[in-house]
Amino acid sequence: MDLTYGPDYERFREEVRAFLVEHWRPSAGSRPAGAGRAEGSADSGDVALFRQAAVAAGYLYRSVPRQYGGSEQPPDALKARVIKEEFEAVRAPMELRSLGTRLLVPTLLEAGAPWQKERFIEPTITGRITWCQGYSEPEAGSDLASLRTTATLVKGDGEAGGRWVIRGQKVWTSSAHEADYMFLLARTNPDAPKRKGISYLLVPMDQPGIEVRPLRQVTGESEFNEVFLTDATTGADWIVGEPGEGWAVANTTLKHERAWVGDVSESDRLMNSLIRLARQTPGPAGRPWIEDQRMRSRLMEVQGYVEAQRYSGYLQLSRSLKDEPSGPLGLINKISSTNIAERIAAIAIDILGDASLLPHTGARPGAAIGPERWMYQYFGSLGSAIAGGASNIQRNIIAQRGLGLPRDTVLPGE
Amino acid sequence: MDFDLSAEQRLLEQSIDSFFTGSFPLSRVRECYDAQLGPLDDLGALHLSEILIPDAYGGGGGTILDVAVAAERLGAACAPGPFLGRALAAYALTTAGSDEQRSRWLPELASGQRRATIAIAEPGGRWSLDALQMGGPRLTGEKQHVLAGDAVDLVVVVLADGLALLELGADGLTTVDTEVLDRTRPMISVVFDGPDHERLAGGADAAERVLQLGAVLVAADAYGGAAKCLDLAVAYCQVREQFGTTIGHFQAVQHQLADLAADVLPARGMYWYAAHAMDCALGDAGGFASLTKAHITERYIAAARRAIELHGGIGYTWENDLHFFLRRAVFDRAYLGPPELHRQRRARSQLAEAPEKARANGQLART
Repeated sequence: MDLTYGPDYERFREEVRAFLVEHWRPSAGSRPAGAGRAEGSADSGDVALFRQAAVAAGYLYRSVPRQYGGSEQPPDALKARVIKEEFEAVRAPMELRSLGTRLLVPTLLEAGAPWQKERFIEPTITGRITWCQGYSEPEAGSDLASLRTTATLVKGDGEAGGRWVIRGQKVWTSSAHEADYMFLLARTNPDAPKRKGISYLLVPMDQPGIEVRPLRQVTGESEFNEVFLTDATTGADWIVGEPGEGWAVANTTLKHERAWVGDVSESDRLMNSLIRLARQTPGPAGRPWIEDQRMRSRLMEVQGYVEAQRYSGYLQLSRSLKDEPSGPLGLINKISSTNIAERIAAIAIDILGDASLLPHTGARPGAAIGPERWMYQYFGSLGSAIAGGASNIQRNIIAQRGLGLPRDTVLPGE
Repeated sequence: MDFDLSAEQRLLEQSIDSFFTGSFPLSRVRECYDAQLGPLDDLGALHLSEILIPDAYGGGGGTILDVAVAAERLGAACAPGPFLGRALAAYALTTAGSDEQRSRWLPELASGQRRATIAIAEPGGRWSLDALQMGGPRLTGEKQHVLAGDAVDLVVVVLADGLALLELGADGLTTVDTEVLDRTRPMISVVFDGPDHERLAGGADAAERVLQLGAVLVAADAYGGAAKCLDLAVAYCQVREQFGTTIGHFQAVQHQLADLAADVLPARGMYWYAAHAMDCALGDAGGFASLTKAHITERYIAAARRAIELHGGIGYTWENDLHFFLRRAVFDRAYLGPPELHRQRRARSQLAEAPEKARANGQLART
């Protein structure tokens, strides 16, 4: 049992700290660590310069080759974790957490053609081009493989090889209204079995065949969209992998560093915010909620789940460093975080009391926003039970892959 | 960074598991319920209660994590006997005894010639040090829920102001047998009317650490039991057929089992850390032990109940073994005080006036 990083990594930590002291001035960027940047805007000057320096030092985009703008470091989960801890401690910007950097870049590194890597990776990780993800459709949610959007290769006059012509509809498409490109799944062989006829295509968004309509979410905000593809086109070679291999390409097992395994920083952040809210908000008899015995007990009940998840994460990290399995634990992480966020939301509306009658944007335009801002988390926690694999799909995965129960349900990625 | 058991600790797990598989299956645990439990000499020969006694006195010279790992496997096996009482008494004498007391008692405990247990609770659900009334030079009153059986003949008494050691047959001491819900943990009441006793050198701090170790060991037992309930439920759902197929095919059943796994399995590292924090005397060890005890014993109750439900009618019979686990889960939840008591204890250390690390300042609730 050893929770220390050892002298080599502590020396590395000192290097990272010295780098941050030299290069990062908290005033240079206003966004806190981990918050990333919205899709659709390039880095502002200071942040871009800082990220360049961090890449040169080997701290960011460690799995991306230097020729594509990364720092090309050998995989080392502990170094990645030290970097994350130190960058977060001073709120220095880390990698962009855009769909492009999180999903497309690793996919291109695994399966992309050389020209695709050359053209797309560097501008994606610097934020100069942005992406949206065209997977879900109105009739293909959890059962993604039943998607109906088609792409047909039409031999044309102009370009050699012709163009893909795409028809169909995508939905829940975050940032589609501001993205430059979409990576999408479309059926290219209608006669092949469900998963065999799908291809992975890259498509420019700025063309007449694409119409983006914003969808309003339960929060009242519009962060995702419907995308209608009516004879949209893309180049014949803008396909990642071979035709019909799109399902496998989309499920490419990413060989990126596993520093985020079982990460509880989001749960910690929410929990600390909740405790601060309980300190600041009057409860029974006008005393702060934090003094209420029952409230303290409820807070500690959630803290128990956070601690379980924290040490489950350390166990998973340690096992991955040794290339040993950690059983079903890795399959449980998502539902654990979701459950924690939902428990926190349930406590938050009790603390809010009458403030829960207000929208998270506040009672009146222009007036200061009080504790009602928590109503955003209240709704957002529900989104995490749906997005990126609904909790019931997670339960299927835990039961069938983790506990060895019969596989009647076809799981994503199979 | 290696937050994991050592090779030696994995061997310890395996040796305990193979002992129970070979010599002490649940059919023998059943003797607690359907007959008189025979001698536990073969279980005692594993010397698990003596892991914490230093080598110099003939003990195992182990760590708190070692004994916690043993407690987990005993929990998974529903092992009967006063292991918990003996391990806590051994720890009390090891950490709170004077040199003279250690030399006098520890070799006898290590060899099994003498067997000590621990007395904590006073009537009215008084488990925490600040609620205990016994203390001072003359001991009068009652200690309840004292783990007994397997020829226990000494008792370490947790007092408001420290620890005392007595022989169970001493003048001024009356023992009263009690019926218990969890028959794998026989208990007695002990009534004190000013018996002769010796104080251990350590004071209230030492007594507090004994209670912390108790919380860690009960949590470890509860993890072992809860994970075993999950295993038993999964195994049953793989063989029980209804509607022409095994019930493990049904999504409702799969989701109940998945939720149970998500509830129980991540908690293993939590008791590991609680033990490790005591081994390293980390600052939050006491509060963390309490949080762990509250969390995992509640998971155990939920696991045992859900496992019985998934077994259907057969799960609700005396002949099925699952009720051993539910009874044990109820013991683990109540012994040393209920989850509420332990959460309030952790709340006092975590929610003290110092504000939380304000990393999240300004980005309050945006996820």
